[in-house]
Amino acid sequence: MQISTNPWVWLGVFFTFSVLSFLYKDNPFYKLAEHVTVGVSIGYFMVIWWTNTVNPRFIIPVFENGDYYLIIPAIMGLMMVLRIVPKWSWLSRYAICFTVGAGAGMGIPRSMQASVLRQLESTMLHLGFGTTTGINNIVIFIGVLAVLIYFFFSKEHKGVFGGAAKLGIWFLMVGFGATFGYTVMARLSLFIGRVLFILQDFLGIPLAG
Amino acid sequence: MLWKKQIPLAITFIMGLVFGIQYFVPHRVSDTLFKNYLNFAIVIGVFGTILAYISFYRAHTMRIRRKAPAWPYSVIAIIVSIVMAIFGFAQGMEAGTVFSNMYFYVLVSIEATMFSLLAFYISSAAYRAFRARSAQATALLVAAIIVMIGRIPLGEGMSFWTLIFPEAPTFPDIANWILNVPNMAAKRAMQLGIGLGMMMLSLKIVLGIERSYMGGGD
Repeated sequence: MQISTNPWVWLGVFFTFSVLSFLYKDNPFYKLAEHVTVGVSIGYFMVIWWTNTVNPRFIIPVFENGDYYLIIPAIMGLMMVLRIVPKWSWLSRYAICFTVGAGAGMGIPRSMQASVLRQLESTMLHLGFGTTTGINNIVIFIGVLAVLIYFFFSKEHKGVFGGAAKLGIWFLMVGFGATFGYTVMARLSLFIGRVLFILQDFLGIPLAG
Repeated sequence: MLWKKQIPLAITFIMGLVFGIQYFVPHRVSDTLFKNYLNFAIVIGVFGTILAYISFYRAHTMRIRRKAPAWPYSVIAIIVSIVMAIFGFAQGMEAGTVFSNMYFYVLVSIEATMFSLLAFYISSAAYRAFRARSAQATALLVAAIIVMIGRIPLGEGMSFWTLIFPEAPTFPDIANWILNVPNMAAKRAMQLGIGLGMMMLSLKIVLGIERSYMGGGD
């Protein structure tokens, strides 16, 4: 065992324990970690934003390539910033309506394509009892139909319709359970990652694998 | 009223109509329109981000000025953000710089630990939620347990029945089946609902029925 002499590793361990201390109760160390996260994130994204967006997509095109038409959205953007001036805040609506309107317009056919037609296409598969894939496709088809029936509230869930809706609940429950289990394991692997950081990087304990 | 409400609503309607139709027009002009809109949206987004930064600094300076509870943490947040930005602009983002070390040893450490913290809370929530009160709750419990066992290396070894039936599916096989078949069916139906909902919301925005995005006031 050889404890790390790297001050950054010490800082990482300090913040790891500061966050974990919340398991006991809210305390100043956790609050410190929380606000440091906010500060570091803001500073980090400021640099990334400038390097990846502002400079290549606005400064260089306008001032070096002469794409002066980008001044129009810049003016609209400035109008958006006026949101913070109560007297002129209504001007921000022009930029918001411009982007929201276009986004909504684009959203209609694209949602239809990606979320409705593509999903329907993926459900309309070869159904059959001969192969495992065929049986799985039947289960998926019945499941999609049953869950859709469950979410259809314009007709009372009675009789065959009600039975199908109940089957839909079963599919949803299994789906939620699977998602829950998957999330728990993802969180646990993050926790294992932090434990490994403390054991290997900080305490220098060599671990196999 | 005209300048503050009706003209912005007309802009939303026209933009919605133009870009709703644009999708179906396979023409050079239509493509150019779409590309130019994307450039416009990026530049507007740049200023939107400035607004976000102003909001952040304004909110925290207000807290400091008013000596709100726990205000010293706002000082820390402001100082850390400025220090991070200064080092990023001065040194660049290469490995070994203060900026990169702050990212890996501070931000990644804290965020990973915060998310891992959820493992503890999610487990205690599971205890309350997973009590097998009904057959459907039991289905949720069983699916979650199988997926959890199936995702660990030990899952293969825990499939004791394979000692008698070597060809039988193991925990990881069952977990994968649950994720790819019944879970997929539930997710797909939800995705269909979400898609239809998004279309309806977009339509309501274009037609001016939904106006909450414009904010309050006149």
